[in-house]
Amino acid sequence: MLKTFRIGGIHPKEQKLSAGNAIQSVPVPGQVVIPLAQHIGAPCQPVVKRGDAVKVGTLIGKAVGFVSANIHSSVSGTVLKIDKTVDASGYRRDAVFIKVEGDEWEESIDRSPDLKKECELSSKEILDKIAAAGIVGMGGATFPTHVKLMPPPGSKPEVLIINGVECEPWLTSDHRLMMEKTEEIMAGISLVMKVLNVDRAIIGIENNKKDAIAKFGKYAKACPGISVEALKVQYPQGGEKQLIDALTGRQVSSGALPISVGAVVQNAGTVLAIYEAVQKNKPLIERVVTVTGKDVKQPCNLLARTGTPASNLIDAVGGLPENTGKIISGGPMMGKALTSVDVPVTKGTSGILLIPSPEAGRKAMKDCIRCAKCVSVCPMGLNPTLLMNLTEFEVWDGTEKNRITDCIECGSCSYTCPACRPLLDYIRLGKSRVIAIIRARKN
Amino acid sequence: MSVLLTAVVTLGAIGAGSAAILYLIGQKFKVEEDPRIQKVQDALPAANCGGCGFPGCASFAAACVKAETLEGLGCPVGGQATMNRVAEILGQTAPVAAKKIAVVRCGGTCERRPRTNLYDGASKCTVAAALYGGDTGCSFGCLGLGDCVESCTFDAIHINAETLLPEVAEDKCTACGACVKACPKNIIELRRQGPKSRRVYVSCVNREKGGVARKSCGVACIGCSKCQQTCPFEAITIENNLAHIIDDKCRLCRKCVPACPTGSIVELNFPPRKEKSPKEENATIDA
Repeated sequence: MLKTFRIGGIHPKEQKLSAGNAIQSVPVPGQVVIPLAQHIGAPCQPVVKRGDAVKVGTLIGKAVGFVSANIHSSVSGTVLKIDKTVDASGYRRDAVFIKVEGDEWEESIDRSPDLKKECELSSKEILDKIAAAGIVGMGGATFPTHVKLMPPPGSKPEVLIINGVECEPWLTSDHRLMMEKTEEIMAGISLVMKVLNVDRAIIGIENNKKDAIAKFGKYAKACPGISVEALKVQYPQGGEKQLIDALTGRQVSSGALPISVGAVVQNAGTVLAIYEAVQKNKPLIERVVTVTGKDVKQPCNLLARTGTPASNLIDAVGGLPENTGKIISGGPMMGKALTSVDVPVTKGTSGILLIPSPEAGRKAMKDCIRCAKCVSVCPMGLNPTLLMNLTEFEVWDGTEKNRITDCIECGSCSYTCPACRPLLDYIRLGKSRVIAIIRARKN
Repeated sequence: MSVLLTAVVTLGAIGAGSAAILYLIGQKFKVEEDPRIQKVQDALPAANCGGCGFPGCASFAAACVKAETLEGLGCPVGGQATMNRVAEILGQTAPVAAKKIAVVRCGGTCERRPRTNLYDGASKCTVAAALYGGDTGCSFGCLGLGDCVESCTFDAIHINAETLLPEVAEDKCTACGACVKACPKNIIELRRQGPKSRRVYVSCVNREKGGVARKSCGVACIGCSKCQQTCPFEAITIENNLAHIIDDKCRLCRKCVPACPTGSIVELNFPPRKEKSPKEENATIDA
């Protein structure tokens, strides 16, 4: 029997329409808008000004503070302005507008397709390169990778876990990367193992990607310490704590980090970006985005430069279907609806999902029937309906006691609720309030 | 008979003994409480709204008795009359506080601020505000989901079904400030009610640059500073592309209202002007 995590979980219809389609490049647009906040943590400080000439890979935003990541230009051209733009957060935030002229790359970047496995660098040097390249978790959470690879003092990583689960329905960008860049990802895994000083890595892939499991299995045979594990298809297996449980049987306790059980999790796409940054000096300036939907003419996996407007990607798959009711950035479970098609692709855009209008709207909320379905599907063992009610009545100490801060916002509760209650909407609100209260208490 | 007698005597003795013990303990651990606290509390409206800044009427009463002067203490619900009574009980003079009222600083009705998207998540402003800027181009304006309505204990604020903006009922609002705290966009402000309820205020909180603000809403403040130049009393400040009329300095001359090119300054409860300029048309009541 295939492994999976122990508590909760759901299995939405997979809908991986674009799984068989090879990655294609989107043409570089005439103008890119690169947001200065593409990661969790402090937004970047711009280091270019209006009129500056930039090349592909030029640093344009410098990380501020500990949890932050550099941002580089994804095109060559001239900086038009630094102004606000609506990004995937739904608010207007600072971004660098660049007019594209030609496609000139920084000389230091190695653009050859050759595989480079050997690495002479020390783990500190690798880590510095990762930080300089502005790599963030590319599964969607966008946590700066170099911070994650620096375990807090006193903790010792034992195993590296590679997240090739891609548990979100519809999305296939990681799947395609794993199929087309297998060797690069394997080389990246050895780099991360070197940084962490671990001798064991497990690649977790869900069983709906049998080709990727077979391909990695073939390469992993030659690499001691690296193994591939097929997992039962179950959402949200891509969550760090769920994946660690599925692969190692260890459970991360409430409020603790994965490192507390000796595990570090990295997404397959992130590992590829690490390989490119360390071996090819290429900063994180492009990513694969799955553009798909029920009525999309040609669902695709597109390699897009950061800052490309979503509309360009939509045009590349045959245009916006007429009956589109909602455009989601990311997967259908955890993604965010966009307010405009001009929203630029960022480091965390794993997909653009075009939902037809009959399916886009939510059903009217009804009273809770106490069926406890949300409780049984919650992968963190929480009681979503209780948390929603406590949040509604602003009982913050109660929500804290019921571990609202453990919520991973996977949306399984809202998905499963037969009364269509907006459980996650409220829990997310309560969680942010409780986190603010806890922070205020500490200071 | 004797059984009955024994029972009555024994129980009577136990009762009397316990009463004596309770009395002695009561005397020993007696807490002296200022009798004025109860008196002050009785004079308060018992709304327990928290508008005074204290958890309830009882703690406000205790604070009044403890304080040396009543300066800075005020009951927004009871207003001046209540505070005069409190002062009388305490043998002090009540400070004269201007009556305040909540104003909604957003004039983005459906026509002036077209909807750019449709929100169908949980019907709560704080939830929507955590998700995105709102269902119009203006990410500062009212979301219209009624967190303020829910927070009001006095039934003084309601969403107008036509404009989808909250409206304050002047006779019911006690300026307790619950709606101010509830609004995630900080649109509601407590302002001086003014003589005959006459007020002038900037009905916008958009801090975008003029062009962006104007594009998203027809009555947005664009920070052009025309009102600031017009004001004879230096009562208007412009910060982050947004004008604000300082309550204490404003003398209600209304000169700024026609000066505003977008009509974002609102005048309330004034008699009609002698010559009506077309600009003023935009600026009529929608608080």
